[in-house]
Amino acid sequence: MAKLILNSLSKSFETGGRPAVNGLSLTVREGGFLALLGPSGCGKTTVLRMIAGFEQPTEGSILLGERLLADASEMVPPEHRNMAMVFQSYALWPHMSVAENVGYPLKVRGISGEKRQRKVKDALSAVRLESYADRQPADLSGGQRQRVALARCLVTEPDVVLLDEPLANLDRHLRQEMEETFREFHARSGATMIYVTHDQAEAMALATDVAVMSEGRLLQVAAPEEIYASPDGRLVGGLIGQGAILSLPSPDGDRRLLDWPAMQSLLSTREIGQGNDPVADILVRPQDVEIAAEGVAVSVLSVLFEGERYALRLALADGQTLRAFSRRSVKVGDTLTVIIRSAWRL
Amino acid sequence: MTRPKNQGNSQPRWLFPFVVTVIFCLSVLPLGRLAVTGIVSAMQGGAHQLLSDPALWQAVYDTLTTSFFGMIAAVVLGGGFALLLTLFDVRGKAALGFLFMLPTMIPPQVTALSWIGMTGPSSTLLKALGLAPPLGSPQPLYSIGGIALLYGVQNAALVYLSLRAGLLALPRDGVEAARLSGASSWQVLKDVILPLSLPGFAAGAAIAFVSCVGNFGIPAILGIPASIYTLPTLIYSKFSSFGPGTFADVSLLSAMIAILSVAGLAVEERVLRGRDYRVIGLSGQVAVFRLGSWRWFAEIALWLTILIILVMPLTALVASSLAPAYGVPLSSSTATIQAYEEILFRQTVTRTAFTNSVTLSLTTAFGLLAATVLTGYFLVRGRSRFAPVIAALAEIPYALPGIVLAVAFILVFAAPVPVIGVSIYGTIWIILITYFSSFFAVSLKPVMSAFRQLDPSLEEAARLSGARFGRRLADILVPLVAPAAGASVILVFLIACNELTISALLWSAGTQTLGVVIYNLDDSGSFNLASALSVLVVFMVVVMMLVLELMAKRLPKGVVPWRS
Ligand SMILES: Nc1ncnc2c1ncn2[C@@H]1O[C@H](COP(=O)(O)OP(=O)(O)OP(=O)(O)O)[C@@H](O)[C@H]1O
Ligand SMILES: [Mg+2]
Repeated sequence: MAKLILNSLSKSFETGGRPAVNGLSLTVREGGFLALLGPSGCGKTTVLRMIAGFEQPTEGSILLGERLLADASEMVPPEHRNMAMVFQSYALWPHMSVAENVGYPLKVRGISGEKRQRKVKDALSAVRLESYADRQPADLSGGQRQRVALARCLVTEPDVVLLDEPLANLDRHLRQEMEETFREFHARSGATMIYVTHDQAEAMALATDVAVMSEGRLLQVAAPEEIYASPDGRLVGGLIGQGAILSLPSPDGDRRLLDWPAMQSLLSTREIGQGNDPVADILVRPQDVEIAAEGVAVSVLSVLFEGERYALRLALADGQTLRAFSRRSVKVGDTLTVIIRSAWRL
Repeated sequence: MTRPKNQGNSQPRWLFPFVVTVIFCLSVLPLGRLAVTGIVSAMQGGAHQLLSDPALWQAVYDTLTTSFFGMIAAVVLGGGFALLLTLFDVRGKAALGFLFMLPTMIPPQVTALSWIGMTGPSSTLLKALGLAPPLGSPQPLYSIGGIALLYGVQNAALVYLSLRAGLLALPRDGVEAARLSGASSWQVLKDVILPLSLPGFAAGAAIAFVSCVGNFGIPAILGIPASIYTLPTLIYSKFSSFGPGTFADVSLLSAMIAILSVAGLAVEERVLRGRDYRVIGLSGQVAVFRLGSWRWFAEIALWLTILIILVMPLTALVASSLAPAYGVPLSSSTATIQAYEEILFRQTVTRTAFTNSVTLSLTTAFGLLAATVLTGYFLVRGRSRFAPVIAALAEIPYALPGIVLAVAFILVFAAPVPVIGVSIYGTIWIILITYFSSFFAVSLKPVMSAFRQLDPSLEEAARLSGARFGRRLADILVPLVAPAAGASVILVFLIACNELTISALLWSAGTQTLGVVIYNLDDSGSFNLASALSVLVVFMVVVMMLVLELMAKRLPKGVVPWRS
């Protein structure tokens, strides 16, 4: 096993248009769990399919440790990559039983008899499906099918496991349960995992690293906490976590983390309205907006009851919106004053 | 910049050359050869003699008139059935639809024999009922009108299917909107549904016309005794009186048939304008109109039609097969199964024919399946630029009348095969390879629809599991397309077993097929033996259609041709 290196990878399809993936460089450390996050159509699936070997890059290369997997002229076919993939559609073979599905990669590798049975049994017990070995995939629920697909990945001890939005078809309750299974799976197998999703909460909950893509390019890679606390650019800021992005005059210096006094001065210069200042995007998380006796005046645009709390949308005097949480109910149209404890310049 | 070869492609390197070779041998080679011979003989002036022969122009005229009136009959019958069964609340739709399809699947020479058995002075059935016209009065079917009528019966189902597919693809909400805006059922039918279904009508008519032009069995049995020749039977008679100019003549004649067919197919293509009604939109649901008190009337008309076009001819066929000897009236005391014993146990010719037809059909069905699974995979999964061309080339031989193809293969194999120096002309092999060519599209279509329905990730998962192409094919792809492959085998077997046109030109002593033997028995006056053999053939057709009908639920859409 070794780290997986994507080296200024690009892919253009014959149909033309802009490249689906454009100069993407990324290193996934051995045993890492990388979540690939981005809006629909940004090229996540294409990256995954290039890693698996279903698509050939038009530029750049893919390496597993020292071994070249693919570049624009050569390519190791998927059958020789020792990778495994969980497909969004599960891709279980409907004419084989659960045990046969899971055991197929072993069968292809010529492992048979006692040894195969034992491995299949182990893999099925890892996803808690031992008693379903003889069922047909058609007789399973969605979550159970997903677990069979996972067991099929587990059984050969692959170097890299690829998951393409594996939870997109499941309901919320099942997603939580499956997230748990994925974490266990990662801990147990030690495989390098790449997990495609457009659900940022899922990405943050599961991964050791989060990579954000947009329009075929990589925007940022970092650990979940880091990317949450210090996102780079408007797109990442908007995609990761909740928050509102304000356009405010650029703060002095290269400070990025802004406290209340800094924010207060920015907001007040703004209110005076010095038009031609350079403008910066400032991310304000809702938990950092505190309703207080004094501060900046806002009016309530909407109130949404979420159970634990109320989620508010607030409008500043110039019409820009903020998000905030409140423990008590407020009325739409009320005027409040808030303090912004901390903010992040994007 | 040259694009690197995409090895991420799931196909092995040999697949593309394989597919190209298959298509070349089965489509490009014979048709190209036919075209070349036609053009060369036209340029050498050999055409002049043929073209100045009035018999040729009579045959062209007779082909056109019989096909035109046959088309009209098919449109009336098939159109009526399609409208009534699709749009109205008639009961017993499934049974009616199935029975209406049967005449198309029954070989044309059998249809012709059964109708002869139903009409005319020597009809066993009429004699048994005491209704036979006096001896010596003419057989009314031995005429242009008789040929056209049977063309209509034989091809009505083609119009039915085309129109029905068009009707089912109609947007239901359009109809409902018209009704909400206050139109009566009749107005909706007249103003919305019929105009929208015109392409289906026209396409069905065009296919029926093409099928009439290429029909051999009906004019061979009904036309030749009355000296009425259509282009296919003219080709046949040229071969019977083989002379030095025969090859040049028949290649020109088949080129004419090919041109007529292509014209018909072009009309179909044109009216459908790329919409493939036969594949898409079949799941549509048309608003059903209530017939009210007219329902009884419609149902009686439908069943009466089935009675006339199917039940009565088949009854006549059975009656003829049970008749003791020519001229002896049939009654419960004289009925005999002697004819069946004769064809099954005594006549070596019929037994040879059974063996030949079954062997040929099985070999064709399974041999083609092996080729079409690979070709279908290539066409559906491959990202080749040539896929559309290859798909079109694969379709052409089936779209052309069998007689054209038979002539083309005669031209290809008249001389010994180069390199190996063996001549397959006159052997069973030439029939086999012509079957391969002719029924390639029949075999390919179900397999392709199955591959289209297959989620690509099922194969990708197998690739990541480490399975190479052969392994994936055996373990994943073939089992998953198996139902469609089964349907493909049955369909090819059914059609090949009943085929007459190709083998009529290609048979020689010892390589007769069932179609040829039925025709020859009738030709030599053994009408009861011909009928008995036909009854067995019809029985086989019905059984296989029922098997397909039972399989239909598990098959992808569009695989069983008469289901929608
Ligand atoms: N086989 C293909 N041929 C042509 N274009 C393609 C092909 N596959 C993907 N694309 C294009 O490449 C771009 C990226 O597609 P991709 O499937 O990687 O997006 P994605 O990030 O996975 O989106 P989603 O979240 O919706 O799954 C899209 O614009 C898509 O249209
Ligand atoms: Mg995707």
